[in-house]
Amino acid sequence: MYVAVKGGETAIRNAHALLAETRRGDPAVPEIGIDQIAGQLTLAVDRVMSEGSLYDRPLAALAIKQARGDLIEAIFLVRAFRTTLPRFGYCLPVDTARMRVERRISATYKDMPGGQVLGPTFDYTHRLLDPSLAGGGAAPAEPARAPLPDDAGAGIAAMPRVTDILDGEGLIEPAPASGEDPRDLTREPLSFPADRPLRLQNLARGDEGFLLALGYSTQRGYARTHPFVGEVRFGEVEVELFVEELGFAVPLGAVSVTECQMVNQFKGSAEVPPQFTRGYGFAFGQSERKAMSMALVDRALRFAELGEEKSAPAQDEEFVLSHSDNVQATGFVEHLKLPHYVDFQAELELVRRMRAEHGDALPQTTQEAAE
Amino acid sequence: MSVEDGAPQGDQALRQAMMATLARATAEELKAAVERFKPLPPIHDLRPAEVGLAMVRGRIGGDGDAFNVGEATVTRAAVRIEGGPTGVSYLLGRDPVRARAAAILDALWQDAALRGAVEEALAGVRRRLVAEALVAQEKTQATKVNFFTMVRGED
Repeated sequence: MYVAVKGGETAIRNAHALLAETRRGDPAVPEIGIDQIAGQLTLAVDRVMSEGSLYDRPLAALAIKQARGDLIEAIFLVRAFRTTLPRFGYCLPVDTARMRVERRISATYKDMPGGQVLGPTFDYTHRLLDPSLAGGGAAPAEPARAPLPDDAGAGIAAMPRVTDILDGEGLIEPAPASGEDPRDLTREPLSFPADRPLRLQNLARGDEGFLLALGYSTQRGYARTHPFVGEVRFGEVEVELFVEELGFAVPLGAVSVTECQMVNQFKGSAEVPPQFTRGYGFAFGQSERKAMSMALVDRALRFAELGEEKSAPAQDEEFVLSHSDNVQATGFVEHLKLPHYVDFQAELELVRRMRAEHGDALPQTTQEAAE
Repeated sequence: MSVEDGAPQGDQALRQAMMATLARATAEELKAAVERFKPLPPIHDLRPAEVGLAMVRGRIGGDGDAFNVGEATVTRAAVRIEGGPTGVSYLLGRDPVRARAAAILDALWQDAALRGAVEEALAGVRRRLVAEALVAQEKTQATKVNFFTMVRGED
């Protein structure tokens, strides 16, 4: 247990000044700007927005700078900031079918309506370090452009969700549509059992590394779900907020999001015929690994609903949802380095006493040998 | 402060479209648009620009039940132009200057006599947005991929 301590003010003040100097680095090197972080370390910004659970690009960039690039620390800063602001309301659910798509791929259909576009991706790069980036060299070549297809309409290409294609044959389960208002983790503490909307909110703000490992575990056989990437898409969607005083939804602007539709083979059960089932991932920014991992874990957590056997950690809702939040996790792990002197003194006394009793109990010969 | 009572649906859709443009306009563009209407009558800040949060929602599978994803920062403002209608703005981000300018333009737009001029003032913003979207889409379209399935040998 942590017991409050006092004192150390001067040392703490000096440590923070030293931190500020260390953060700045060599003063002969130009200071990094928020716009540089926001514009050039975009995927770090996306992760901080997703797991900080706050869409604000400049703010996430500031947090990354202040945290010296420690993304979990930056996420912590963003979460703390959001508690200072009033909540204006809940947005209307975004419509990903109307996304201005910057990337859209499928591993299940090579010829999808609307086609597949790779967009800005690391996929198919050779993962060789590029020395030309080290020297502040020439600007990159202007990317090629191609004319839009005729059905692009008013600027939005017709790109139906891949799950709608399978839906036409009735071979994939429909998305649940109870019409219920979702519970909100930021307004009420997590309780079990959690329904799927609450689980998805938890996973959407959950740690990418944790979800990646859990998703990976399902692939390796710990609750195997036979996944295919039905579709991953990334781009901008419009956000609207219903404003009471106006009586209609006000368009707020656009946010970048990534969506993953995982399609899973399913043998069927007594009630349900063989069909494909689904896992869903959704995250702020271009957060593909996160969205894919989330979709795998979402599907694994649905085991009971689909009549599957519980056999692995990724299916354990209480385990997964209670440990996914990296701000909570880092708080509890890192608090161990704060002074625990009183606690430890008590333990020390206890061990000394036990040791003495242990020694007393030893046979005489052993004690002599030890001496 | 409802100003929508009795407003026909068509008007509301037009106002939403105008607000969508305001939401994507830069601070400079909004400032320039307001400048066109100067000198303005006195403006009363019914709600000084204020930063807050809106919870963004998604749908399971893209089209199923709603769930909460995470919040976004939003700035809102409300103004009344003396002798005229009330203007309201809600914009993503934290920019009180943008929010106030957008609220003023919303108020001006509701004055039937000025609506055309506001639309004209925003025409440049619309053109920029369309042009930028087109460039982005053409670059994306150039990454359209056609995979071919290789025929495996007799096995």
